[in-house]
Amino acid sequence: MNAPDRIAAADVLEVAGKAYRSRLLVGTGKYRDFEETARAIEASGAEIVTVAIRRTNIGQNAGEPNLLDALPPSRYTILPNTAGCYTAEDAVRTLRLARELLDGHALVKLEVLGDAQSLYPNMPETLAAAKTLAAEGFQVMAYCSDDPIMAKQLEDIGCVAVMPLASLIGSGMGILNPWNLQIIIDRVQVPVLVDAGIGTASDAAVAMELGCDGVLMNTAIAKAQDPVRMARAMKLAVEAGREAFRAGRMAKKPYEASASSPEGGLIAPSGSARKKTA
Amino acid sequence: MAIHVTLNGTAREFPSALTFAQLIDELALAGRRLAVERNGEIVPRSRFGEARLSDGDRIEVVMAVGGG
Repeated sequence: MNAPDRIAAADVLEVAGKAYRSRLLVGTGKYRDFEETARAIEASGAEIVTVAIRRTNIGQNAGEPNLLDALPPSRYTILPNTAGCYTAEDAVRTLRLARELLDGHALVKLEVLGDAQSLYPNMPETLAAAKTLAAEGFQVMAYCSDDPIMAKQLEDIGCVAVMPLASLIGSGMGILNPWNLQIIIDRVQVPVLVDAGIGTASDAAVAMELGCDGVLMNTAIAKAQDPVRMARAMKLAVEAGREAFRAGRMAKKPYEASASSPEGGLIAPSGSARKKTA
Repeated sequence: MAIHVTLNGTAREFPSALTFAQLIDELALAGRRLAVERNGEIVPRSRFGEARLSDGDRIEVVMAVGGG
């Protein structure tokens, strides 16, 4: 969808045929406890919340609190992810388990990592997993590199959203290549969400001003000094950036100033003081 | 007859081929939201009452945790 078409559409985020009012998606990792998780996510206004799938802690779990009690699936759209998977096979197995865990829920976040240092996506494995998952009826939101060709291929496979990184997961470095994001936004029809690398509110606003359909973040909120306040800041930033995008920014005029006040009616008309003393 | 399985990566022995429902009880996980895989295949919750562990099974029991 090109930029004007995106503006013309009703302003909800539509993913896999379902409309969401919030364009901010949040992760649930790295918080102090589930209470802080729940308060930050409430402040963020997010409706889609991503969770990881892990082995239960056999033998030590009596009375252990459960994340899905803090974030009930009746209130939030739970987006299971494949964080930590390095092969297509592991990612597919993880999401089959997630679908069983969440009573047949089909919307998932696919991420297949390439190496533990950069957590950069392994795109050949991501594409392979996306193919299998789409064939099995999953609605795949795919974490990907900011390569427009990869994003397009994910769309062609049937992914319901593409989620290019702004910068490395958990780095807080913001948007390193706005030009690539712009190409992806212009070329891909499904929603484009920036996932990974957001550090602070201005990063989220910039992503939305570029025309992204949404932003997914975790660390920027969870590792802020005050996560609940940062969650609110991110909510406002995403809304502000979206509104700025919809409003259409003024043209940049690098070599030409333009006064905002009227040029006439000054008490000392331009140049008169200098003429008198000359 | 005792069976040996690998449960979440750890070797475990059970005195008999118990059902998945009995396994979940045994692990004090009853009532929790979880999913089970046996040898790479999902064991649907609807089959926990009848499906039984077999000797040599590789079993994964997973839950949702915080993550991004």
